Amino acid sequence: MDRRAFLQTVALPCLAASAAESDARFIVEARFYEKLPYRKIRCKLCPRECVIDDRERGYCGVRENRGGKYYSLVHSRVCAAHIDPIEKKPFFHFAPGTMAFSVGTAGCNVNCKMCQNWEISQFRPEQVTSDYLPPAKLAAMAQQYRCPSIAYTYSEPVVFCEYVLDAAEAGHAVGVKSAVVSGGYMQTDPLKELCRHVDAIKVDLKAFSEKFYKEVVNGELKPVLNALATIRKQGTWNEIVYLVVPTLNDSDAEFKALAQWVKAELGPDVPLHFSRFHPEYLLKNLPPTPVPTLERAKAICDAEGLHYVYIGNVPGHPAESTYCPKCRRAVVERAGYTVKAMHLNRGKCQNCRQPIPGIWEV
Amino acid sequence: MHRKAGTSRRNLLRVCVGGALSLDAAPPEKSKVAIARDPRIRPAGGAPDSARLLKVLDRAMQLLYGLDSPAECWRQVARPGEVVGLKVNCLSGKGASTSTVLVEAICERLAEAGIAQSDIVIWDRLNSDLESGGFRVTSRKDKIRAIGNDEAGYYPELSVYGSVGSLVSNTLVKTCHAIINLPVLKDHGIVGVTLALKNLFGAIHNPNKYHIDAGDPYVADAFMLPPIRQKVRLTICDAITAQYEGGPSYMPQWSWPFNGVMASRDPVALDYTGWQIIEKKRAEKGMKTLRDVKREPAYIARAADAQHKLGTNDPRLIEVLEA
Repeated sequence: MDRRAFLQTVALPCLAASAAESDARFIVEARFYEKLPYRKIRCKLCPRECVIDDRERGYCGVRENRGGKYYSLVHSRVCAAHIDPIEKKPFFHFAPGTMAFSVGTAGCNVNCKMCQNWEISQFRPEQVTSDYLPPAKLAAMAQQYRCPSIAYTYSEPVVFCEYVLDAAEAGHAVGVKSAVVSGGYMQTDPLKELCRHVDAIKVDLKAFSEKFYKEVVNGELKPVLNALATIRKQGTWNEIVYLVVPTLNDSDAEFKALAQWVKAELGPDVPLHFSRFHPEYLLKNLPPTPVPTLERAKAICDAEGLHYVYIGNVPGHPAESTYCPKCRRAVVERAGYTVKAMHLNRGKCQNCRQPIPGIWEV
Repeated sequence: MHRKAGTSRRNLLRVCVGGALSLDAAPPEKSKVAIARDPRIRPAGGAPDSARLLKVLDRAMQLLYGLDSPAECWRQVARPGEVVGLKVNCLSGKGASTSTVLVEAICERLAEAGIAQSDIVIWDRLNSDLESGGFRVTSRKDKIRAIGNDEAGYYPELSVYGSVGSLVSNTLVKTCHAIINLPVLKDHGIVGVTLALKNLFGAIHNPNKYHIDAGDPYVADAFMLPPIRQKVRLTICDAITAQYEGGPSYMPQWSWPFNGVMASRDPVALDYTGWQIIEKKRAEKGMKTLRDVKREPAYIARAADAQHKLGTNDPRLIEVLEA
C-alpha cells in the first residue's frame, strides 16, 4: 500500500462541497426552536424537546442543526401524493363525498410498531424519493384536480409543520381548505398556530394508556390529550381515530375511560372512529382486529353518550354511516369510502332538523 | 450489571459429575483491550505523524493478538479475498472524526496481510460526512472505496432485535465480509459516550429513533442486529484526540491529546474502558460524572447482559494492556 496512492484515492486535501447543497430548495429555518450555548438547539415543536448538537437531527429525522440554526429539510419535499376520498383519512364530518389532494413527506416524531406507512414515516428525507411541490403549486394542483381540500397525511404533518402552514395559506388564497391527519404529539404553541391556519385536524389517538404510548408508540398520551383539548378550544374541526390493536389497547375499561374523557373534555359530538388493525411493520405477530371487538368498542362509547362513533376499515359495515342522534335516521350513508346518500339540509337532519356538527359544504 | 460467565464444559462437568472428578478451577477468559500511546504522535499539535501512528497501531495490535509481527496480527482479522469494511465516524467533521492517517495505516497493514485495495471499503452514513472527515468519496471498484450509506443504500429487509427495527447498510450487508469498527474516543451529549457500540448506529437507516433514554437499550439492540453482530471483528478506537464533554460535535475546549489508539475484539470491554478514561478526565477537570448529569451509558451494561452477550463490562474480566 502506497501512502501517496491512499491520499490520492480517498483522503481529501480539502473539503468538497456538500451533496446536501443540492437539496437547498427543501430547506427552511424551523419555526419553533430555541438556541442554546455551543451551537446546540432545543426543538420546541413536539413534546420531546430534542436537544440537538450541530450537524445532528432530532428524533423525527427531518430537522437538522446546522451551525446552531435549526432547519426543516422537508419543506415542499413531497414523497407521497395521491387524490383520495376524504373518507379515507378518515374525515366523516368534513366535506363528505369530496376528494382531498393528499400529500406527505418523510419523517415522524413517534415510531409506532404498527405503522402502515413506516417506509416513509420512519425514513429520512434523503432516503426516499421526493418531488418538489411548493405551496402555490400544491394549491394549484388541488384546484386543477377539483379537490376542495388538501390533506396533510401519510406520515406526520407535525414534522413538516412549516410546509403545512405555508401550503394552507396558499390554499386559502385560492379557496382550497386544509385538513391535517396527525398523531397530535405537538406542543401547544405550534398547535395553536396550526389551528389558525387549517380547517380540520384528525388525531390518531393510539390508545388510552401511557403504557401503550411508551411501549408501542414511543411517545406519551398526556400531550396528545392536551392537544385534543387545545384543538377543541381553538374551534378547529376535529375527529379522532382509535386503531384497535388486539390484546394491546382493546379492553372494555380502556374504551370506557376513553369515552368518558372525550365526553367530558371534548363533548359528545366529536366523531370517534374505531379502526381495524392489520399486522404490519413490527407488529406482525398479532391478528387483524376481530370485527366484534370494534363493535364492542362502539357499544361502550355509545352507552357513555357519544353521538358519532364509527367503525373503520370494515367496508360495508353499518357503522360507517352517520346517524342523527335524535331520530336515529341515517343522515350520511356510506359504503367503504363512498358516500351513497346524504340526508342533510344545511347541516341539519332532513327528518327532524337536528343540527349535525361538521363542515358539510366546502 | 455484569455479564454472567457462560457454562463451559468444565463448569458443566463440575456441576454434573460432582466429586467424581477433581478439576482445577480455571479463571474465565478475559477480554483484552490494548492501548498504545506516543506523546509525540502529533508534532506541534497538527496532523498525526503517519510513521509514529503506524508504530502505535502496530503496538496495539501486537498487544491484542500476542503476536510478533503486525502482518500476522492482521491475518487474524481478515483473509485475502474477503472484503473488509472500515466503519469510520465522520459525523462531526475534522477534529472529532476518525483520522485519515489512522485509516491510511490500517489500509497499509491490511494490504500487507493480503487484502487487495479493491477489497477495502471505507464507509459511514453519508458521503458528506466522509468528505467532511477528509475522505474522498469514490466507488471505483479497482481501488479503495469510500462510500456513504446514502449512496450505497440499505438492504431492503427489515432487521429486528429487541427494541430496534432497522434497515442495515448495503455496504455492511452485501458488500463486506468483515467490519473493522473505527470510532473516536469521545463524549456524547445524549448517550454518554460514543465508542464501539454506538458507532454502528451509522449502519442503520434510522439512528435518530434510538437516542432516547440515553440510548438504552437501543445501542445494544442495534449491535445485536444479525448482520452487524456477525460481521464486526475488531474495534480500533481513534484516541489521538479525545473529548470528555460536548460531544459528539468537536469542542476543542473539552478535547485533550490522548495520543493513542485502543484495540479490542470485545466492543463492550472497549466501551467500558473508554468510558472510564473519559470519566477520569472529567474528574480531573472537576466535572460531574456522566451518571450525575443523567447520561450514564447504561447501554454498555445492557450489551453485556445475558440477552445480548456482546462482551463484558466486568473490570475483573477485562485485561487492559498498555504500551
